[in-house]
Amino acid sequence: MKTDIILAGVGGQGILSIAATIGMSALHNNLHLKQAEVHGMSQRGGAVQSNMRISDKPISSDLIPMGEADIILSVEPMESLRYLPYLKKGGWLVTNTTPFININNYPEIEEVLAEIKKQKNHISLDADSIAAEIGSKRSSNIVMLGAATPFFDISFESFEEGIRQIFARKGEDIINVNIQALRAGRDFTEKNR
Amino acid sequence: MQKLLLLGDEAIAQGALDGGISGIYAYPGTPSTEITEYVQASNFAKENNIHSDWSVNEKTAMEAGLGMSYAGKRAMVCMKHVGLNVAADAFINSSITGVNGGLIVVSADDPSMHSSQNEQDSRFYGNFAMIPMLEPVNQQEAYEMAYYGYELSEKYKLPVLLRITTRLAHSRAGVETLEQKPQNDISLPSNLTQFVLLPSIARKQYKILLSNQASIEAASEESIFNKYIDGSDKKLGIITTGIAYNYLMENFQDKELKHPVLKIGQYPIPRKQVNKMLKECDKVLVIEEGYPVVEEMLKGYQEAGTPIIGRLDGTLPRDGELNPNLVANALGFETVLDGTIPELVKNRPPSMCVGCGHIDAYNALNEALIPYGVGRVFSDIGCYTLGALPPYNAVNSCVDMGASITMAKGAADAGMIGVVAVIGDSTFTHSGITGLIDCVSENTPVTIIISDNFTTGMTGGQDSKALGKIEDICEGVGVHPDHIRVFKPLKKNMEEMVQIMKEELEYNGVSVIIPRRQCVQTMKNKKLAEQLINLNLK
Ligand SMILES: Cc1ncc(C[n+]2csc(CCOP(=O)(O)OP(=O)(O)O)c2C)c(N)n1
Ligand code: SF4
Repeated sequence: MKTDIILAGVGGQGILSIAATIGMSALHNNLHLKQAEVHGMSQRGGAVQSNMRISDKPISSDLIPMGEADIILSVEPMESLRYLPYLKKGGWLVTNTTPFININNYPEIEEVLAEIKKQKNHISLDADSIAAEIGSKRSSNIVMLGAATPFFDISFESFEEGIRQIFARKGEDIINVNIQALRAGRDFTEKNR
Repeated sequence: MQKLLLLGDEAIAQGALDGGISGIYAYPGTPSTEITEYVQASNFAKENNIHSDWSVNEKTAMEAGLGMSYAGKRAMVCMKHVGLNVAADAFINSSITGVNGGLIVVSADDPSMHSSQNEQDSRFYGNFAMIPMLEPVNQQEAYEMAYYGYELSEKYKLPVLLRITTRLAHSRAGVETLEQKPQNDISLPSNLTQFVLLPSIARKQYKILLSNQASIEAASEESIFNKYIDGSDKKLGIITTGIAYNYLMENFQDKELKHPVLKIGQYPIPRKQVNKMLKECDKVLVIEEGYPVVEEMLKGYQEAGTPIIGRLDGTLPRDGELNPNLVANALGFETVLDGTIPELVKNRPPSMCVGCGHIDAYNALNEALIPYGVGRVFSDIGCYTLGALPPYNAVNSCVDMGASITMAKGAADAGMIGVVAVIGDSTFTHSGITGLIDCVSENTPVTIIISDNFTTGMTGGQDSKALGKIEDICEGVGVHPDHIRVFKPLKKNMEEMVQIMKEELEYNGVSVIIPRRQCVQTMKNKKLAEQLINLNLK
């Protein structure tokens, strides 16, 4: 079993909290894990990605080879497209549809969404609205993670456990709202895949 | 034994803590920053009084580390690759003095320049200094090298260079820890003159360093970090260093690797093993992250005349970071790609945060400079360097830390008028003060903008050694108090800011302008908030 994930977004959007949750869930299952993060310059509003590799066997490269990612999980629609050369045939593109516009030549959002729809295996959802409905705008990242969980070889319960550990210090309310967010994301995918 | 999920940087820090360090000295710099931050956050370090405050720059860090070693204790010194240029004087000479307590210098290279001005390879410095060098293949080895590196350092009485690159520094994996070692007791060096590099002593010390070379090379031959993995297909032999080994193995997940492989993690390179490969194989491919350091060396000292391929002949790209696909190409494997990047995807370069004070300062500066014309603003390294990009296009240089003030001086000396330097508070104390003294001693007509945001912003908001001291420093080195001007960079203060800048641009001498407003990314930092209140800066 091996799952290679590219996490994508814009510096400051907090993709590392998604990575940390996946990491916890993988550890919970005694899996091997490598997670290459981006720190530094690009964190100032630039395009950022994290390569996350999970396997039941030892992992060699910290970087995912092109054409081998099982999942691209993006918290921003245009960013989801930047890493398409990494997606393997039959891999899933899971993305938020709310754009983060900090450049003046950002393409028309309709065109971006149309490009996403061209992907055979895609899930696109407005995670920001779903998070707002739950009453926790800040949990949109976790909604996105939830939407990707059906494509992992890790049980949903392990992800819930991951959330509990990551947010342990923030108290029961925060844990619960994030578990709700995780479930909402998963439910969207189950209905729309 | 404990299993932790750690960044490569954190693994090094944990290895150093478990290896018995008494202090870590560093100046922040991507991708090395998290080593020191890990020690700063460690309760163990606090309880055991392990030094971890930031140094003012890499040179002071290197020297303080050497001082701790002189006193018999184990120290670690960390920096990004260009920091080693700053520390080079102390670093190179530390190989001549030798060490007492173990000393590991960590230099983190940044191939592909994710966050740097260049992609220089620190291994040149290791060779230059003629000291043992370590280059880990993964997070576990990073931990072990920091841990065992102190034994190596103390055995040969030399500093050890631990070289990593961005990918390892910022990638997380599981690490198993070893038994915690106690700190060393204070002790004097056995030779009380070895640190006195007067020519007569330095010559002796240098001979000792030279005579040590055979033994550190022998240590490499026996090192657990160097492995010769024999193979039946001798048409090609493969040498990898550090993490390049992973990119090789990634290409053999479902194929058998039949070529002999020499995996190098400790330098000087193990000459016997290398020569064995050169003798037995028809051709040798060298895969290394960074410059073709090993490849060039092999071309020099091989005996068998075996062709050597790698970055120099184009088998691998001459520049940039390696990845599994580039290594696949070098091995002649094909990569089949399904997706391409749609054309509508636009570049998204880094930019200053919304609400950043540097932005207001640049808007005022651009306005004030209209009468002088473009092309006269020398800048430096920090978030404010992003002012070089549109829509600001406000600065014309970024070379190395401190170069803004000194380049502005040179341009003013050349007769350019309206010359401006823009530097951040942390960069000012890192390397700006010396240049300011140059300006003051000749009363050079330059306008120096020290954009003070109370922090080292670019690297993630570490302490700034300039906090609350900038005016005193400037006055202390001789800037006239009338020409030290402070304002709060806010849109509503635009008129005042432009006016002050115009006045100082007209002044025929050294002016310092200090736009002062807190970096918006540090608003949650409680310690800083307290300091600002105590200093009356809030
Ligand atoms: C010799 C060297 N050391 C460290 C760095 C990494 N570095 C780049 S910018 C920066 C800090 C800048 O802080 P400051 O001058 O206060 O500006 P700010 O980013 O806060 O605007 C550092 C440490 C470097 N580029 N070169
Ligand atoms: S991190 Fe601070 S200094 Fe850097 S751009 Fe953002 S607000 Fe400005």
